Amino acid sequence: MLTVAPRQVSQQVAFGLLIVATAIVVVPVIVIILQIIINGGGAITWDFLTQPPAQAGKAGGIFPAILGTFYLMLGTIIVALPIGVLAGVYLSEYARENWFTRTVNMAIVNLAGVPSIVYGLFGLGIFVLAFHFGMSLLSASLTLACQALAMTVTTSREAILAVPREYREGSLAVGSTKWQTIRHIVLPQAMPGIITGAVLAMSRAAGETAPILVVGAAFFLPALPQSPFDQFMALPYHLYTVAAHIPGMPKTTIWGVALVLLVVVLSFNVLATIIRLRARKRRYST
Amino acid sequence: MNINVELPDKKAAVNGEVRMNTRNLSLFYGSFQALRDITLDIQENAITAVIGPSGCGKSTFLRLFNRMNDLITGVRVEGSVELDGINIYDKDIDVVALRKKVGMVFQKPNPFPMSVFENVAFGPRRHGKNNRAELADTVEKSLKQAALWEEVEDKLEQSALALSGGQQQRLCIARVLAVEPEVILMDEPCSALDPIATLRIEDLMRNLAESYTIVIVTHNMQQAARASDMSAFFMMEEDRAGILVEYGPTAEIFTNPKDKRTEDYITGRFG
Repeated sequence: MLTVAPRQVSQQVAFGLLIVATAIVVVPVIVIILQIIINGGGAITWDFLTQPPAQAGKAGGIFPAILGTFYLMLGTIIVALPIGVLAGVYLSEYARENWFTRTVNMAIVNLAGVPSIVYGLFGLGIFVLAFHFGMSLLSASLTLACQALAMTVTTSREAILAVPREYREGSLAVGSTKWQTIRHIVLPQAMPGIITGAVLAMSRAAGETAPILVVGAAFFLPALPQSPFDQFMALPYHLYTVAAHIPGMPKTTIWGVALVLLVVVLSFNVLATIIRLRARKRRYST
Repeated sequence: MNINVELPDKKAAVNGEVRMNTRNLSLFYGSFQALRDITLDIQENAITAVIGPSGCGKSTFLRLFNRMNDLITGVRVEGSVELDGINIYDKDIDVVALRKKVGMVFQKPNPFPMSVFENVAFGPRRHGKNNRAELADTVEKSLKQAALWEEVEDKLEQSALALSGGQQQRLCIARVLAVEPEVILMDEPCSALDPIATLRIEDLMRNLAESYTIVIVTHNMQQAARASDMSAFFMMEEDRAGILVEYGPTAEIFTNPKDKRTEDYITGRFG
């Protein structure tokens, strides 16, 4: 009477499959990270992080590439964050449903779906050539910012929409204007979400290779960039070149570059998670 | 009638001046009519209770007085709503200034996620008061008026979300009082509170009615009977539009209703 019915067996099987599928998700991440740490850990020395490369990257360090990547992230977010937040506020608070907002929303979705090399060619055509910014940090930052906009607009809009209606009503009910309500209630509440999106957009910009390839990244430069109009080195492009184009490259160096890039990108993702968790804790704690 | 509550003496309050009124007021959400042809006077320094079954448009009616319905797209209003003889639905009305005069307390306590002090100071700050000492005065005065001061005196800098539900609602009342309104709208302010907290809010309302005009929407018949001077009974017609069935002094509505439907409702035969 209390024997195991077939439907319970099938439940067990389904449950097992779900667990296996979930576990498989984790495996590549762990393998990639371990592989890079094991193979590249040996390359990480103080000199590797602080010296310029020598002998076509076979010796010396990767400091200019690290610095260039940070400049890129900074340039990207300086452009993409304000525009993203302002557009997010407009779309969530002011825009009515009409052809204009429908067009904007469609553009945002498509912005996110455009292959990154296409952004590169767009940047080459617009920023490098048409605007005469040349192959430069500026051109590359603007190009990556265009790509990051999709994310900053979307996350800003979502974060703003997630602010409870009760707060807005409470503010309006004491005679605040709509803008005061946005400025003093909505944006502070939405800020952790907005910052999280911005940080993720930065980490993605740090990892992009294809777009910067055509708008200003160089494999080797004798000097660090002095202005936004200078060319720059960047970690992903450096990795691509040392891995694919330099014969006789020590394997440890290649893995070492990969490790540094991975640490930069992951640390920004971790930072985003911390910001989100802290905001959540603050909101619910007393 | 067998409502087991004592009706307070309301002689004093009911002969006040008319502060707000509606004339032939109808409200539409798109093609749906939510309120039909409502004409009613709100007395100064009295508590007017709006009662009636769910969905009869009580909250919608209340939100007319500070134009909170404006936030919903597709709302259309016919007729007039007046404050001191001025139609607040006129084109050149400053809605922000109106909402400063006509404050609102909501169903669910909605303190902002900031300190107790900043919650109360929020309104005054938006209206340009930034002097810390003046703000501190306003905050203290408002919290005292809202009968909350003694409980929060030593935790003004703590998060308002740490307060109990009843305290939060009194904080929201203090927040409204801080901008010195003349009319206070309350949308079922006790529906999320326990009976003790509810009674405290009712006491508070009675005190506030000495200097403010109060309109309260409530589901709770006892509350309307206990706390209000005037009562307006709303119902739905067959097309679900809300209508005003009967309006008069609370004592009369609860002891000697003129309309059969009012009597049925307050004796619990429906709704």
